[in-house]
Amino acid sequence: MKKIKKYIVATILSSIFTQQIFSQKVVLINGAGATFPYPLYSKWFYEYAKIDKTVNFNYQSIGSGGGIRQIIAKTVDFGATDGIMTQEQEKLAGEEILHIPMTAGAVVLAYNIPNFNQQLNLTAEIISGIYLGKITKWNDVKIKKENPDIDLPDKKIVVARRSDGSGTTYIFTDYLCEISKEWKTKVGKGTSVNWPVGLGGKGNEGVAGIIKNTPYSIGYVEISYAIQNKLFYAKVKNKSGKYINPSVESITAAIESKAKNMPKDFKVSLVDPEGENAYPISGFTWILVYKKQKDKVVAEKLIQFLKWAVTDGQKYCADLIYAPLSENLRKMVLDAINQIEY
Amino acid sequence: MGNKNFADKLFFSVTKVAAFISFALIVLLFIMLIKESGLSFSKFGLRFFITKVWDPVVEQYGALSFIYGSVISSLLALLISVPISLGIALFLSEFASKKLKEFLSIIMSLLAGIPSVIYGLWGIFVLAPILRNYIEPFLQKIFGFLIFFQGEPYGLDMLAAGIILSIMITPTISSISKDVFESVPRNLREAGLALGATKWEMIKIAVLKTAKQGVIGAIILGLGRAIGETMAVTMVIGNVHEISLSLFHPSATLASVIANEFAEATTDLYVSALFKIGLTLFFVTVILNIFAKFLIYSTTKKYKV
Amino acid sequence: MKRKIIDKIMQFLIYTSGVLVCFVLLIILGYIVLKGISSLSLDFFIRLPKPVGEVGGGMVNAIVGSFILVLLSTLWSVPIGVLSGVYLAESSSSAKPSNFSSVLRFLLDVLSGVPSIVIGIFAYSLIVLPMKKFSAIAGSFALGIIMLPTITRTAEEMIKMVPRSIKEASLALGINYWKTVFFVILNTAKPGILTGILIAVARIFGETAPLLFTAFGNRFWHRSLFEPIAALPLQIFAYAISPYDDWHKQAWAGALILILIVYIIIFMSRKILLKYR
Repeated sequence: MKKIKKYIVATILSSIFTQQIFSQKVVLINGAGATFPYPLYSKWFYEYAKIDKTVNFNYQSIGSGGGIRQIIAKTVDFGATDGIMTQEQEKLAGEEILHIPMTAGAVVLAYNIPNFNQQLNLTAEIISGIYLGKITKWNDVKIKKENPDIDLPDKKIVVARRSDGSGTTYIFTDYLCEISKEWKTKVGKGTSVNWPVGLGGKGNEGVAGIIKNTPYSIGYVEISYAIQNKLFYAKVKNKSGKYINPSVESITAAIESKAKNMPKDFKVSLVDPEGENAYPISGFTWILVYKKQKDKVVAEKLIQFLKWAVTDGQKYCADLIYAPLSENLRKMVLDAINQIEY
Repeated sequence: MGNKNFADKLFFSVTKVAAFISFALIVLLFIMLIKESGLSFSKFGLRFFITKVWDPVVEQYGALSFIYGSVISSLLALLISVPISLGIALFLSEFASKKLKEFLSIIMSLLAGIPSVIYGLWGIFVLAPILRNYIEPFLQKIFGFLIFFQGEPYGLDMLAAGIILSIMITPTISSISKDVFESVPRNLREAGLALGATKWEMIKIAVLKTAKQGVIGAIILGLGRAIGETMAVTMVIGNVHEISLSLFHPSATLASVIANEFAEATTDLYVSALFKIGLTLFFVTVILNIFAKFLIYSTTKKYKV
Repeated sequence: MKRKIIDKIMQFLIYTSGVLVCFVLLIILGYIVLKGISSLSLDFFIRLPKPVGEVGGGMVNAIVGSFILVLLSTLWSVPIGVLSGVYLAESSSSAKPSNFSSVLRFLLDVLSGVPSIVIGIFAYSLIVLPMKKFSAIAGSFALGIIMLPTITRTAEEMIKMVPRSIKEASLALGINYWKTVFFVILNTAKPGILTGILIAVARIFGETAPLLFTAFGNRFWHRSLFEPIAALPLQIFAYAISPYDDWHKQAWAGALILILIVYIIIFMSRKILLKYR
């Protein structure tokens, strides 16, 4: 009996330490960052694991701030962000980091008003007013003016926002800076800002969780989080004065309007576009990779995956309401991926 | 013979090395915290502890709102937990039969064994809705004129954190208080009863008074636990960097801000500010612990023969 | 008369608090058991997590990951802790107790009060940054530090409780000093030390905060100990704050399993303690 016990213990220990417990020769590539594209990325990684069985992508959605921080600290193989790295951050990294755009998505204003199932119309003024703490009730005259046919409750608005460093926040505050002078001077834009109001949730998951669990709340989340959780979200008035429903088409319209002449480094903002049918709060999401890779195997697998993601992988975008990259853009991105050295 | 001595010496050296490793790890922890928070110290100095701006965009960091959150949530926890814990401790030391004692001590160890993250899970899905829908509106109805009960009831707020913490520290406070009470000599109790005191009067005079120091020690130990508690609080407190007197207002604590922001702090100064918060937590909890243990020790030892 | 009433009221309150705590435990455990059992499925034990927002999948990697993390932490912190305990006990029984041992005892006391999140950021700077990788190693480093004070102090106490006569008898028989300590004293103190180890293990099994920045989590199997690894408490945390109903269910199921494991360990430690007392 004792012998058997010893044998079992020995096998377990040796299997743990020989590092090959469950299968052989599978490369694990670790990434971290944005929660914004997490539904799409995890779909990709899940599907890609079926195509190439020798590689697993472990992606932790800790927020864009985290993606940037961990790629600077070199603790991950790739990062992901929806806010571009600042020059200061690139300097901290000490080596060249490529921004590879993977897809574009929309930040929506999702809300939870009990027994209410209509789509609200919001304007830049209302959104900035709510997040500056100036509009505090659902039946505020400003909201009423844009939604004359809707009966809004006399309840306080529970504002939800991110507690962590976030690219969704970057896109959202980028938008608020664009449309509100007061926001620009008082708060500014970034992956994390000093919020005037609001309940903080960790990740898009956290904010969606707060909205779902808290009556009379509103918050900004990436659209697929709103859809997967059956949250209602608002139409937003764009620059040309039209109320736009966030959708693959209206995000694509924003790309066409703002990224017509895509710069070589892909660092372009999509907020507050001119296009008539463009949704005003959308943005690209990028994967961050070191230009000079250290590990040959990891580099090869990573490049293969990135190429797959911006070509075949794009077919998964629309289902999750991310805008696929245009043909033109795909070519540019593939060129950029080919620049990765190892 | 020389061989034997050699083996003994070797063995003793091995234990010494092990002891030194333990020692080195703790010292290293301390040095690391100081070193990593250096940048923030040179930039903000002690002002850090009295400013409340926490703004990563303009790189201004102050910990006041987290200190406030930690202090208030922990005091709230004590307010709820202390009377109950003392009740339990008295029940165990003065009333319970041996069997009942055994039973309650199992209950306590079960309560103490629940991991923090599970308290958080329970807090999010059970406690918060109850608070939001029933308890907070009720409190507001009766005490709404007080600033502590104003504002929209969120459910994820200071009150939720206080309640969760109070449950978590009850086993600590009650089990140590029980030990302290039990160290009070029998004859003091008998003297009280012989003088014609009721049982409660006896407890008040003989037990509580004698054990006062030790009980305060137990409470401080509970306070230390509450201040250092991370996951459960992070999950229910709402994570807002603000100071508000209302208990219905979400807040953040020293520990919760590290849990939320450490992995994604993008600049060196930001990281350093978080380390400084870690160092603060380290010092506060250490001082509380040492003080508490001193108090408990001095009471329980007093009557030991 | 008034004194009698006050007496009755206070006695009633004291009894109530005893009942109250049982009630609180009951509603917490009750929820976990009810919600947990209704969410448990075979998949939970044998499948990896599914992509975000899709229903199904399990936590098998997190359950295994937690065991590996705890095993690894025990592997390094038990030898160091027990040997440190031997050192402390022996040096206090020798003629001139060293300053070093009282300093160490003090520091261990200090360490036992340090919040686990602080240990987490320490492990991040000391292990994760230099290794440039989140890893199981870093996670178990952090967990081991948390175990260290409990193990060392119980080892010391238990060794000190071994009657002097046993030690002297053994030495008088001409058995080496080190053999005496190792085979006689430690053997006698074993149940007590084991209890201490189990209590420490029960605690770190549920620790989440120190793993956030070290073990980091993994949605697949880890391939080596030098890579991020999933852990049950981490997974519960991630799922609890998510907005997905199916993940909430899995979080409850995970909580039930986690609490069962912790309780079994606590139960074992009590059993050992009772058996040898």
